[in-house]
Amino acid sequence: MAGLEDLYREIILDHYRTPRNRGELDAPAVSAEGHNPLCGDEIRIFVDVQNGIVTDVRFNGSGCSISQSSASMMTSAIKGKPVEQVKAIVKKFKSMMTVDEDESPVDESLNLGDLEALQGVVKFPVRIKCATLGWNTLLDALTTAGQ
Amino acid sequence: MSLDVASIRQDFPVLHRLINDKPLVYLDSANTSQKPQVVIDALANFMSNGYAPINRSAYQLAAEATDLFEGTRTALAKFINAPKAHEVIFTKNATEALNLVIMSWGRANMNAGDTVLLTHMEHHANIVPWHMLVAERGIQLRWVPLTSDGQLDLSNLDSLLQGVKAFSFTSMSNVLGTINPVQQLCAAAHKAGAIAIVDGCQSVPHQPTDVQAWDADFVTFSSHKMCGPSGVGVLWGREELLEALPPFLGGGNMIADVRLDGFTTAELPAKFEAGTPAIAEVIALGAAVNYLENLGMANIRRHEIEMSTYVLNSLTARFGDDITIHGPTNPELRGATFSFAFRGIHPHDLSQVLDQSNVCVRAGHHCAKPLMRILGANATARASFYLYNTQQEADMLADALDSASDIF
Ligand SMILES: Cc1ncc(COP(=O)(O)O)c(C=O)c1O
Repeated sequence: MAGLEDLYREIILDHYRTPRNRGELDAPAVSAEGHNPLCGDEIRIFVDVQNGIVTDVRFNGSGCSISQSSASMMTSAIKGKPVEQVKAIVKKFKSMMTVDEDESPVDESLNLGDLEALQGVVKFPVRIKCATLGWNTLLDALTTAGQ
Repeated sequence: MSLDVASIRQDFPVLHRLINDKPLVYLDSANTSQKPQVVIDALANFMSNGYAPINRSAYQLAAEATDLFEGTRTALAKFINAPKAHEVIFTKNATEALNLVIMSWGRANMNAGDTVLLTHMEHHANIVPWHMLVAERGIQLRWVPLTSDGQLDLSNLDSLLQGVKAFSFTSMSNVLGTINPVQQLCAAAHKAGAIAIVDGCQSVPHQPTDVQAWDADFVTFSSHKMCGPSGVGVLWGREELLEALPPFLGGGNMIADVRLDGFTTAELPAKFEAGTPAIAEVIALGAAVNYLENLGMANIRRHEIEMSTYVLNSLTARFGDDITIHGPTNPELRGATFSFAFRGIHPHDLSQVLDQSNVCVRAGHHCAKPLMRILGANATARASFYLYNTQQEADMLADALDSASDIF
């Protein structure tokens, strides 16, 4: 069976204990809210998009170590990147989580860095929704930002 | 008589399963209970030797099936002390039973401005259908608040009930374990001219039920929480109220006659049992009722009071302020269902770690989000004990909790 060490890797616990980019952003930044209806986890993602670049991103809300650390790592991975690249990262991450639904190819050359640590979540299928909560909410926020 | 739990455990095959070479510690019976061999046999036996439609055909096989099916209805009526077997209606779960009452009774009796009284500890199944009536009819909802130890705050009950048409409440909280004074609440409702609807899901499997002593108007519960199969819910209602109620689902079985320009309904209970029911599951529920009655519901209740006493004492002795157990501290006022917070570890993470020791608990909002907001939590972990659980299993829960601290 999959051991807990596959799930609770040190880098994940580090992001859980000391989340990066936690907080809110004022207008003109926009936000979206996500819920995990199974467990009640809630998250809000704020994005500031200027000239096609995600210049700033924050998150708040409450949830388990997987949803919170995943959101924290996500914000570190996308901050300062062009929207197109951010979407490619989202796609690559969702594909790693086995929940990438659209047919377009995944950019295999993208390096997910610390996010690779979340790979082990796949062995715990009920937790995949925790790991992807922030990411789906990010996509909603980007849509709100007109992207 | 006290329960012989060791022998009861022999009756439940799944409790002997080893997962990764370790025993299963099933502490999620408030969610759904395990099944004894007699229920499994009743299901398999009917499927193998007796499967047939009910109420429709003259051949012997169908007549036998109908008898078995109706036998469960009779057994259930006795189990809850209903005056008449045809007051017992089968639905697909307790949620559908509640929807049946709320929608049929509500549409027939409630209009804009009419008020329903609920409590802060209700399951979504006793909230959302009322919200739907708010949208459809413009009715109003009022709520009984809670005390700090998770009991209903009844200090203003009479004024809350003023002008109310229905008081709909749970007999026991699926989150806090609180057992409510159903008889007192029904009496207060009636004094105010309201009907009393009791969501019996959490108490009916665990203690004696007497709908006449309660003096309730409608009571709902689910087979799968009382050792029976999933796929069956039960609604009991007073005959005269059921007679007056319009049907909920339309179709086969529930009609007396159908013409091009309309229909007339069948007599009770068929009037509320449209379509082919869960025949085998209802029959196996009869075996579950029989199993529980042989053990004695009062004995089951006594076992759970003992379990509650042990769980509350042992967890607080071992963990002190590191654990917060919601709900009443007096075991007489509660069932053996415990929601708790532990050392700030998120319930999802906690249940994941407990799973390494095969300790099955539920983590989440338990379909009671308004209550979770009042508790100031998005989620709790919940361990719930039933007739087959032991003090040793409570200790295994405690050991597993300790191991969670090593990670977080
Ligand atoms: C208090 C309460 N009411 C209603 C329900 C709904 O029961 P079911 O899911 O069987 O429809 C449950 C079970 O989850 C419950 O605990």
